[in-house]
Amino acid sequence: MSEPRVGVYVCHCGHNIAGTVDVEHVAEWAMGLPNVVVSRDNKFMCASTGQEQVEQDIKEFDLTHVVVASCSPHMHEKTFRNACARAGLNPYMFEMANIREHASWVHPNDRDGATNKAKALVSAAVHRVVHHQPLEPMVVSIRPETLVVGGGIAGIQAALEIADAGYHVYLVEREPSIGGHMAMFDKTFPTLDCSACILTPKMFDAGGHPNITLLSYSEVERVDGYVGNFTVQVRKKARKVDQDLCTGCGSCWDKCPIRIVDTVFEAGLGYRKAIYRPFPQAVPKYPVIDVENCTYFKTGKCRMCEKVCPTNAIRFDMEDEIVELEVGNIILATGFKLFDARRIPQYGYGRLENVFTSLEFERLTNAAGPTEGKIVLRDGETTPKTVAIIHCVGSRDRNFNTHCSAICCMSSLKFAHLVMEKTGAQVYNFYIDMRPIHKGYEEFYHRIMEEGAQFVRGKVSEITGVARSPEEDGKVIVVCEDTLIGHQRRVPVDMVILAAGLEPRADAQAVGYLFGVGCGDTGFFTERHPKLDPVATVTEGVFIAGACQGAKDIPDSVAQGAAAAARVLGTISRREVSLEPIRASIDEERCSGCRICNNMCPYHAIDFIEEKGVSRVNPALCKGCGTCVAACPSQVISGAHFTFDQLMAEIDGILVDVLSDRPIVEAV
Amino acid sequence: MSDNGTFTPVIVGFLCNWCSYRAADLAGTSRMGYPATLRDIRIMCTGRLDPTFVLRALQKGADGVLIMGCHPGQCHYQEGNYKAIRRFALLRRTLRQLGIADERVQLHWASAAEGVRFAQTVARVTEQIRQLGPLDWAHNWPNEDPYAVEEAVHE
Repeated sequence: MSEPRVGVYVCHCGHNIAGTVDVEHVAEWAMGLPNVVVSRDNKFMCASTGQEQVEQDIKEFDLTHVVVASCSPHMHEKTFRNACARAGLNPYMFEMANIREHASWVHPNDRDGATNKAKALVSAAVHRVVHHQPLEPMVVSIRPETLVVGGGIAGIQAALEIADAGYHVYLVEREPSIGGHMAMFDKTFPTLDCSACILTPKMFDAGGHPNITLLSYSEVERVDGYVGNFTVQVRKKARKVDQDLCTGCGSCWDKCPIRIVDTVFEAGLGYRKAIYRPFPQAVPKYPVIDVENCTYFKTGKCRMCEKVCPTNAIRFDMEDEIVELEVGNIILATGFKLFDARRIPQYGYGRLENVFTSLEFERLTNAAGPTEGKIVLRDGETTPKTVAIIHCVGSRDRNFNTHCSAICCMSSLKFAHLVMEKTGAQVYNFYIDMRPIHKGYEEFYHRIMEEGAQFVRGKVSEITGVARSPEEDGKVIVVCEDTLIGHQRRVPVDMVILAAGLEPRADAQAVGYLFGVGCGDTGFFTERHPKLDPVATVTEGVFIAGACQGAKDIPDSVAQGAAAAARVLGTISRREVSLEPIRASIDEERCSGCRICNNMCPYHAIDFIEEKGVSRVNPALCKGCGTCVAACPSQVISGAHFTFDQLMAEIDGILVDVLSDRPIVEAV
Repeated sequence: MSDNGTFTPVIVGFLCNWCSYRAADLAGTSRMGYPATLRDIRIMCTGRLDPTFVLRALQKGADGVLIMGCHPGQCHYQEGNYKAIRRFALLRRTLRQLGIADERVQLHWASAAEGVRFAQTVARVTEQIRQLGPLDWAHNWPNEDPYAVEEAVHE
């Protein structure tokens, strides 16, 4: 093989790099590095002139490898790989040195230090790149079916977009009905649309769509395979009701003698029966039997529902069923959990009678809720005359969640409007900052102020029932420093609503593990890139949408559901997808068959081939993390693009000056 | 040693692609200054870190090595950082036997959102290694190239 010929390009990035790093000097110095045949500096490498320079030089100098020293590879690695490819060079014969984010921008007052570091990084890239091998992206075919996990508004939207485009969707929902949190709400901000009126048409569409198989009351248990070819095991929990016979007439739950507090849909304010349908518009319309509370399952007697069912649809002997699905892509839309307000004991929820959570209030004000929409105190009859709404409960608080829950400002304003409209009560909003950031939100805020709601800026320190004066007697007292007037205030009210924040689902970590999706520091699923790739994840073929990715309101959830669907449809219409060839492979000739790597792989991508006595990597399952590469005691696993030789050369290159007689600070 | 007599260490960094490398990018975009002592190498995951990389860096003249990955439980490959923890514990035992102070080779975490933490970690580790002074390990070896000995044994 002929000697490698490396081209080095050092970018000024305007003043971004050149303002701190002596770019011309770095480029000149790089000429002295081994195998470098051309080294240039350029104002903007990412501009078309910069890219054309690379293309031209590849042809003119017959370059075999290219190094660009500019910004982070997360910004422009693809740009320059493409430039190489256009000039006929394999795109993986390229390496990037990050001298902007990792040098010029972080050492602004240390020109020598930044310049030396830039040289070290360029040297590392030059030493590394000559070990690069041409790689070809892996192409895998894509099954057209899609799995959507979670039947809230984000999941429904995603499922409908894909189904309407003509492809099949399996929509899996854990609860007996789809609809998610949105089905519990009364009105939506800022338009005050009736939540059910805008959601139920979508639910019915999803439930009756010829391209959607709805698996409600079901959970995903196992995921195998890889992008384009996932095999998913779903447990259909036994409803104990035959869906083919049931008409959803309701005789069974009318006659069922067992009444249970509904902690899921009615937020603990209302009741349901042991055989129940969570709410009237539920999709599917069939009820389920709550085996834990049903008299028949406890004592073997009753069978009332069976007696009254006109179509004999009750099946006490129905068992859970395991369904196996073959899908090409997966969208996770598993939603959020409401912050448990009991965790802030000084706010009195669960101890003071008339402290409500936001979800309880939603049910209270919902015409289909336990009070038929009447806003009353816990006694069930008294209408409140004064109501306090506490913002940021469990959000923006170091003790609980540091993130902003994004919806509470607006839902609190909505609550204020509903309370004033329905009861004429005086409303106090206790807020830290108002953040009505989307279209029409600021206008809604002004409208609520004009309607007469009071706004007190300050974090509530305590909510107490202990009165200090006659007018506080029998009231709930909100204690807070009003930071705008600089005074401590005690505001006695009849009712307190805690705008509880949004948290990741309690099992987000386990669900993430199942699908190969990580959780970030707030516990929500991590997207591939926070700005430029918000619905993809590091696992190819697995997308995230809605509040499982981070706290967000309905319009954002709908947008993400549609965005995830668009990504899925893109891969379906291409029929195949290219995967980064950063994969591990095992030299079977030298593999000792010790199987240490087998258990290392979190993706079960390494199989042991019994007849040969060696291990083998399934390249479609491998994600290229390299943990098996580092573990192999015989060093026969190679991690493409991060090989032992490449990384060793990079280490040698990055320390080129330290032991050498050619100090990095000296010019060539 | 720089001219004014204060020692400026050379530290080789191994940063995982998903968390700590992005934290370093964020420190850059947010212009959070830290000492220009860290020369970083990107690996896909701290699980890829072969302990010999650390030895090689020290052998080639680094005064210290800083390995940074995703926080436990937040690995983008699910559990690579746990493997890094386990390997790091073994590596540290070996390094102690070789007389290398614990502060010279450190393992830390930074999520992609923790640019500040990244910058602070680099500053703190730099200061600790500055206190220890130069390692100059390469010149303390009996042979010039420890790998030459190893190869000789194999042959």
